[in-house]
Formats: sequence, structure tokens, C-alpha cells
Amino acid sequence: MIELRNLSIFYGETQVVKEVSLSIARGASFALVGESGSGKSTILKALAGQVTDWTGQIRLGDHSLEHGRDPALVRLCQMVFQDPFGSLHPRKSVDATLSEPLAIHRIGRQNERVLEAMDAVGLARKFRFRLPHQLSGGQRQRVAIARALMLNPPILLLDEPTSALDVSVQAEVLNLLKSLREDHGLTYFLVTHDLPVVSFLCDELGVLRNGELTEVTSVERLKQGNLQSEYGNELLSKSH
Amino acid sequence: MSLLTVENLRVSFPTEQGRVEVVKGISFELGRERLGIVGESGSGKSMTGRALLRLIREPGLVTADQMNFDGIDLLTLPEKGMRSLRGARLSMVMQDPKFSLNPVMRIGDQISEVLRFHGRLNRRARRQRVLQALQSVRIQDPERVYLQYPHEVSGGMGQRIMIAMMVVLEPDLMIADEPTSALDVSVQSQVLDIMDDLVRNKGMGLILISHDLNLVARYCDRILVMFNGRIVESCIASELHQASHPYTRGLLASVPTMDERRERLPVLDRALLEGLETHD
Ligand SMILES: Nc1ncnc2c1ncn2[C@@H]1O[C@H](COP(=O)(O)OP(=O)(O)O)[C@@H](O)[C@H]1O
Ligand SMILES: Nc1ncnc2c1ncn2[C@@H]1O[C@H](COP(=O)(O)OP(=O)(O)O)[C@@H](O)[C@H]1O
Ligand SMILES: [Mg+2]
Ligand SMILES: [Mg+2]
Repeated sequence: MIELRNLSIFYGETQVVKEVSLSIARGASFALVGESGSGKSTILKALAGQVTDWTGQIRLGDHSLEHGRDPALVRLCQMVFQDPFGSLHPRKSVDATLSEPLAIHRIGRQNERVLEAMDAVGLARKFRFRLPHQLSGGQRQRVAIARALMLNPPILLLDEPTSALDVSVQAEVLNLLKSLREDHGLTYFLVTHDLPVVSFLCDELGVLRNGELTEVTSVERLKQGNLQSEYGNELLSKSH
Repeated sequence: MSLLTVENLRVSFPTEQGRVEVVKGISFELGRERLGIVGESGSGKSMTGRALLRLIREPGLVTADQMNFDGIDLLTLPEKGMRSLRGARLSMVMQDPKFSLNPVMRIGDQISEVLRFHGRLNRRARRQRVLQALQSVRIQDPERVYLQYPHEVSGGMGQRIMIAMMVVLEPDLMIADEPTSALDVSVQSQVLDIMDDLVRNKGMGLILISHDLNLVARYCDRILVMFNGRIVESCIASELHQASHPYTRGLLASVPTMDERRERLPVLDRALLEGLETHD
């Protein structure tokens, strides 16, 4: 479903991602882990079309991603960020946030679809006309997930989706992500520093170090505390 | 002899429904030890820390039967006395260095200014102390950082600078409110290790406020668990996993583990917890 071949990504003169190749099956949940600054978010942004200075090949489904604006992209994948406060428009209600993608793509039955999406992410209907600051952190993240799902993309890109949440709320959002994937056959590409979250939500992981992929391993090995690379195990030992 | 004694501390704010208490009569004592305060967001942790430093502004209201710091009565201390206590003997590290550092002042000058405000040392001696403080938070090239502006350093570095600013006065008690929540985890433990070293070496007291149970268990001696403005449980850090209150147990259970086999994570039964509350 997602295939990267020799992907290199640049910010101006600096190359931050180096010749990354990997392949994620349809319906799989893949995690990319690594230290801060290793290039995880940059890879996600390239997949989402937000960073365009790259070389190599990115395939999503049977679509080969183009550089620059690729109109096919929004229907293929959507992104959810760490900080739902930063990613939601402060003056748009839940209703406006969720209707917007429908309006842009001229999709009908907006009213029903908004309510369905709210139900799907477990957001009570009474919150429909609230603004982001009138919601809790967990509720805001539910809105961000609902928005990502409005156009039914087969792929969700998740950048530290629960790092800003309390553990109890994190548990709710992680459960939600797990059941959404089961119900809709979604493919996940998750970026995180939190290895236990990977253990719960994913089945395969890649370890990124200074923009290079040092290993791709099953999450089963993570659970057994035994990754392949020396660096992977170093990360594991640093994690509490 | 305890460093800090707090008895029946209450913080309230006026709302449309009348005054609402966000800290509901908490009591605790602290020696030269590391005390953790954990709980979900909104449980009253920050308000507790701010109340101790008298940083809660009108219309917020703080009351207590006792609030004593090293023999000083914090309830009756005049504002001037409070100002010289803050920073010098009692200091607070906040979550995000970006809001706490002055963006248009060189880092070294900012730390030096703290020393000047508290009337210590001449210019040259101050500079020496600042460089030492920067070194003590493991900044490799203090001379260069001295001349930099806050926007020129990374988040982790900014937070270390904040800590340098706190420790330069060698306070007796440091209150750190989510000191690393704005940082990436790989940098978090580095910053906490530095703070921990300073606290131990200088024999300071520490109140570490965080929503992260594991983190607090790792860096503290004792833990207070807050829920809805109350302390629902108090325990020795190493015994956190044997905690008995349903809220603490619920929080612990909801954290995924490295070898996670559960299909779904348990979530808090808030109705039950709030029910427990009204009965006591
Ligand atoms: N917009 C940008 N311009 C220049 N450099 C950037 C930009 N965004 C990120 N970087 C740099 O690229 C590297 C990788 O960053 P990022 O992908 O955000 O890492 P991660 O998500 O793994 O923490 C870092 O060194 C970072 O400083
Ligand atoms: N100015 C204010 N007016 C009314 N309520 C407030 C005010 N500031 C904070 N609160 C409330 O006080 C409660 C405790 O807040 P806080 O101590 O910041 O929680 P924590 O630090 O545990 O996340 C929260 O429910 C918050 O909404
Ligand atoms: Mg990132
Ligand atoms: Mg707080």
C-alpha cells in the first residue's frame, strides 16, 4: 500500500533523509521510530505532499506520487498531528471543520456524513457546534481523526498522535485508532518515540537514525525486547 | 525538620455557577527530598505549585490553615519578602522555555540579571557564576551560549538554560511544573537527569509536577496523586505500582507496556470515580 524506494529528502542544501526504502502492505500498521531530529516527520510530510524536495519513488496504492501539488493525494492519505490544538482552526466549529473537506470535494449528504464521522470517533453529537478551545485535548484529537477520515482515505499518517494527551485519554484514542483500522481496513504509518504505543498499535516497525533506516522488524521482536540492530536495542534500553 | 508544610490549601475561581474550588483542601509536608505530584490535566497540580509561590492572580483566591517554608509563614509574608524569596530560595521551572525567557536579551545577560536582582556579586563575579551555571547543565561551550538569544537554541537547550537560571541562585526548593512536557522524549531524560543531579548534589528539595506516572516514579522519592483538586493517594515512589486507589490503579493500567498483549486498553470509569468522591 505504501512503497518508498531510495527516498532522499532535502531542506535546501541539507539532506535529512537518505535513501530510505520500505514497503508496507495494505491494512498493515507500520511504526517509524527514532530520536528527535532523525527525520521521521519529514518522511511523513513527503508522503502527505507537504515537503516536495525529494528524490526516489513514493507509491501510495497504485499511485506514484508526483512532486509538487498532487491532487490525487487527499483521497489517498490524511495526516493527524501531535497537537490537535495547533492543527485545528481556532475559529471553526467541529461542524465546519468536518464539513469543509466535503464541500471542497463536492460530496453530498454532508449533514449525515458529519454525524456519522462524529459517531465513528466517539464524539457526542452535542459537541457539533463547539470551537476547539471548548473541547478537551482528547476531544480535539477525536475531531482531528474524524476530519482525516471524512474523505475515506485508505491510509492514515499519524505523527505522535497521542503524545500530548494524558495517559487515560491516550488509552481512549489508541483504542479508537485500533478499532477504526479493524473496521475500515485502514493502513497506518505512525511516527512516534513511544515504543509501548508501537507495541499496542502496530505490527511492524522501522528504526530511523540520522535519516537512515537501520532496520525494519516485526513488533513481536520489540515485545520480546530484542531488536536486530545495535542502535535499535540502544533505543529500547533508553525507553522506560 | 520539614522544609515546607502545607495544611488545607484551597484555590478557587469565580464562575457563572459561583466560586469553584480547583484545589480542595490539600495537606502535605516536604523535606529535602524529591516529591512528585501526578494526576491528569485539570486535576489542580499547577494551581498547587503556583499557590505556593503566590503566583495566582485575582480573581483567583488562595486560602490555607498553614503554609510554612523553612520557618517563614508564607500566608503573612509581605509581597516584598515574597519577591526576594522567589527565585532566591524558592523557584519554579515552567513547561515551555519560550514563554519564560526574554526573547530580546542575550542568554548570559538574562541569567546575570537574576543574580543582580538578588543583589549578589559584582559584574565579573556574576559572569563567572553564569558560565558555571551553564556548565552545570552540561552546556559544552558556555561562552558561546552566553552571547546567544533564546530563539537561536533548541527546545532542550532552552529548558537547560531555564534550569541554569534557577540553580544559579541555589534555591532550597525547586518546583518544576511539567519541565519537559514540551520536549521530545529523547531530550527529556537528559534534561531530567541534569535536574536530578543538581537537586541531589546541592541537597535541594524538589516538587516535580507531571502527568507522567512513570517519569515521576523514576525521579522522585515520594508521590502524591491528585484527582479533581484532592490528593487521593500518597505513596513511596518505588511502591507506586502497588497503589490502591481506583484512580491511581486506573491510570497505571491505561499505560501500554513494551510487551503489550491487551486487545484494548482499560479506560477510566469517571462516573465511578466521581461517585467515590462525593461519598468521602
Ligand atoms: N522546515 C525545515 N527546514 C530546515 N530543516 C528542517 C525543517 N524541518 C525539520 N528540519 C530538520 O530536519 C531534521 C529532521 O527533522 P524531523 O523530520 O522533524 O525529525 P523528527 O520528526 O524525527 O524529530 C532535523 O535536523 C530538523 O532540524
Ligand atoms: N483562571 C481560571 N478560572 C477558572 N478556572 C481555572 C482558571 N485557571 C485554571 N482553572 C481550572 O483549574 C483547574 C486546575 O487547573 P491546573 O492546576 O492548571 O491543572 P493541572 O496543572 O493539573 O493540569 C482546571 O480545571 C482549570 O480549568
Ligand atoms: Mg517529529
Ligand atoms: Mg498544569
